[in-house]
Amino acid sequence: MTLTVALACAAVLLALGVFAVAIGRSSAATRLVYGASMIVAAISLIAAAMQLLGAAEPLRLTLPLGVPWLGAHFRLDALSAFFLVVVDLGAVSASLFALGYGEHEEVPQRVLPFYPAFLAGMSLVLLADDAFTFLTSWEFMSLTSWALVMSHDRVPDNVRAGYVYLVMASFGTLALLLGFGLLAGPDGLYTFAQMRAAHPSAPLGALALVLALIGAGSKAGIVPLHVWLPLAHPAAPSHVSALMSGVMTKVAVYGFMRIAFDLAGAPVWWWSVVVLAIGGITAVMGVLYALMQHDLKRLLAYHTVENIGIIFIGLGLALAFKAYGMLFASALALTAALLHVFNHSLFKSLLFFGAGAVLTATGQRDMERLGGLIHRMPQTAFVFLVGCAAISALPPLNGFVSEWLTFQAILLSPQLPSWGLKLLVPAVGALLALSAALAAACFVKVYGVTFLGRPRSLAAETASETDRFSLAAMMLLAALCVLAGILPGLFIDALAPVSTALIGAHMPAQIGGQWLSIVPIAASRSSYDGLLVFVFIAISGTLAAAAIHRFASNRLRRAPAWDCGYPDASPATQYTAMSFAQPIRRVFGTIVFQARERSYMPPPGDTRPARLDVELSDPIWDWLYAPIVAGVLFAAERLNRFQFLTIRQYLSLVFGALVILLLVLAVWS
Amino acid sequence: MVLIRDFAIQGAQMLLVLTLAPLLTGFVRKVKARLLRRQGPPLVQPYLDLFRLMRKEVVLADSASWLFRVIPYLVFAATWVAASLVPTFRTGLLFSWSADLIAIIALLGSARFFLALAGLDVGTSFGGIGSSREMMIASLAEPAMIMIVFTLALIAGSTQLSTVAEFMASPQVGLRVSLGLALIGLVMVAIAENGRVPVDNPATHLELTMVHEAMVLEYSGRHLALIELASSLKLILCVSLLACLFAPWGIEAAGAAAATLVVGITAYVGKLAVGGFLLGLFETSIAKMRVFRVPEFLGAALMLGLLATLLRFVSGSF
Repeated sequence: MTLTVALACAAVLLALGVFAVAIGRSSAATRLVYGASMIVAAISLIAAAMQLLGAAEPLRLTLPLGVPWLGAHFRLDALSAFFLVVVDLGAVSASLFALGYGEHEEVPQRVLPFYPAFLAGMSLVLLADDAFTFLTSWEFMSLTSWALVMSHDRVPDNVRAGYVYLVMASFGTLALLLGFGLLAGPDGLYTFAQMRAAHPSAPLGALALVLALIGAGSKAGIVPLHVWLPLAHPAAPSHVSALMSGVMTKVAVYGFMRIAFDLAGAPVWWWSVVVLAIGGITAVMGVLYALMQHDLKRLLAYHTVENIGIIFIGLGLALAFKAYGMLFASALALTAALLHVFNHSLFKSLLFFGAGAVLTATGQRDMERLGGLIHRMPQTAFVFLVGCAAISALPPLNGFVSEWLTFQAILLSPQLPSWGLKLLVPAVGALLALSAALAAACFVKVYGVTFLGRPRSLAAETASETDRFSLAAMMLLAALCVLAGILPGLFIDALAPVSTALIGAHMPAQIGGQWLSIVPIAASRSSYDGLLVFVFIAISGTLAAAAIHRFASNRLRRAPAWDCGYPDASPATQYTAMSFAQPIRRVFGTIVFQARERSYMPPPGDTRPARLDVELSDPIWDWLYAPIVAGVLFAAERLNRFQFLTIRQYLSLVFGALVILLLVLAVWS
Repeated sequence: MVLIRDFAIQGAQMLLVLTLAPLLTGFVRKVKARLLRRQGPPLVQPYLDLFRLMRKEVVLADSASWLFRVIPYLVFAATWVAASLVPTFRTGLLFSWSADLIAIIALLGSARFFLALAGLDVGTSFGGIGSSREMMIASLAEPAMIMIVFTLALIAGSTQLSTVAEFMASPQVGLRVSLGLALIGLVMVAIAENGRVPVDNPATHLELTMVHEAMVLEYSGRHLALIELASSLKLILCVSLLACLFAPWGIEAAGAAAATLVVGITAYVGKLAVGGFLLGLFETSIAKMRVFRVPEFLGAALMLGLLATLLRFVSGSF
């Protein structure tokens, strides 16, 4: 039943996409398409949540679609249902946001047809139960999102973003195709059920895992395959950016999990070494990249890379524990990763919506031209603050809970017998702690420079509050961030069927414990109670305020800023995003990005302005991609000659090829 | 009945840290002054300062937002909650399980996050420089702290601070290499967290090297009082943490009789005095370092923490 509903929703979304082509530019089209998308996604959300919470048996369905004699297989199990909840929740909120935001779209006819199709593509990836349907839906998802990235193709950077995205997406799908090919084997067992039953041998499973890591990882944005992500995600309209960063990366995580935990057979310990190392590097590199940015949307996109790293650390730990049969520890690590998937989809969507609201209000993405928006857009500023605090893993919000669970999983890992893991896991733990602390610095910068301080441009000075649909969408997500932070037990318990299906064990039930606290292992070992921490902070803050206002003083006077007696009226004297990041650039950037600063101070009497130039290089682009690009260009240059041969040369080429083929055949047999 | 008693003890702990916090700050100042052969302000001076500030009117910058006015209460509340969850005279308090050591560190991180935002709110260059440097220091201090927590948690088999403290007080803990490394690392992080010499100087004003004081430069009146109180609370939290982990003598177990409360509190006050004296002694005998030497200092703490954790991963006997 739920599977049928979910499939029907995907079909309706596809039809809506086609319908949107027909209605095109009309003014009602925006409201119609986004409104309908929201309702359909909400129905699908309810179906998926019923499947997940009901802990029902997996549902199967075969439709006579696609290649005639194969058919299309669909299945809705706990893992698919969980990710479908994430996708549909993102879709509902993005559609609600777009009801207001979409009004400002200059080229609605280039966004409206692809938006529902993109949503349908993501749902179909999650529902697919054979390699053929999976890959087709995956490509459909990539292409529709590419079309959305290219909707503003007059902006020069967007064309390059679209190109890099297309190349990386094709590369990723190729890796997935090879991975599924390996799992299907020579007999062409292309349904997931057959692959699961085939129990692939260890080397074969390992190769499939590596290919899945490359294929799904390039879509998720693991370092070093992340290069397209900070280009493509910000280029799309903001509600699509939110979907791409908050939700589509999660569909990629699903793809990896489906292969690594479900299809590739029993894990071997060194699989987790690969995943953990990549996760740790991705987390720290992602946040360092983000710190160096001052384009609001690009910064958020880079920050997605960090969170994907945290998710992969959790998944790596789950693989390691599973390989050694420590099922409860594995369930804990897996739950931490899944909870972070859910949490990240909430706050990253919220932050992209906020960036979209700022973009509509000011026309600016560059943080150096913003500032003081808390006065002009108070409600947006408030919900954006909730998002910033949540993503910085501050208690009592939700980001902290999933990081805390990951730390708890790390603390169980000394029991792992393998020496490689014994040495790697503490280092990964340090990287995780480092990335969490840097994330807080990053979001102090984002919020402080964009919303606080004094406006740095006329646009920021005259901005006005965003529309009520956008606000409603952001408030919905902010409320969920708070709810998932103070009642994490509810969400952890909902994940139990997923971990039972993949690992064979699940975390102890959390609801019904003392005062709604979460206890991952045992009460004497560790516990955390978001609700109590929230209540304590609220009570002591209110008590302090009430006592001081009652017994001491509540007088207040406005005056110019003190600034050590030398206040400067020019907003240019404030700290900017670049200057805020300067100490961190100096500490970490000189090593990672070879950051160089050159200052030029004119001699006294000279009226030229002083200059400070900062040079950053991207190590991954320089060392990995630049050589590949150079190699491809070199080969293309060489091969280009074959297009300008005489007829005799072509004939001799054909003859030579024929002789060589015959020789090969002769030697072969 | 038992519940009421437990509530009372938890409340006593909250009030105890709140009332002792300014005294510890005053004591450290007094020790420093005496070591410099100055008379120094009286011990109760921080209380007088707080009361004076609270009675004064607030002068708020024109460009300050509502967030600027809320943040002092948030910072104070988060720090106070964190400080009341660290065992002082007794372990196993009523709410000790509501946040473990990782959560306590994260609570301090929340306070710092909001204080750094306050530094940027008015839009002055001093506030910005303070916030930016504070976050740079925190980006190294926090992971170092987490690594030290890992070490302690692996030794005691728990991240629950009460359980860790009880384990540390029991004879089975013994002398361990990793504990020594964790102690050194924790002291370094605590110095940085509280902005003491050599990382920052709590007594300076009007210097480009200052961090914490630059961030709160625009605060006045009751807001400033709360922030000062919060930083005193943070100091007492760090000293209590070091005391309950590395000097757990005299701390009472969860079920101890009410009559022995006096013993626990006396021991606690004694430990605070020793900690405050050592801090004053250390601060007077060392010079403040340049801001960009701080990453090396904290990097060393991080490496010590990582080394200690690695040792614990490699073998349970270190």
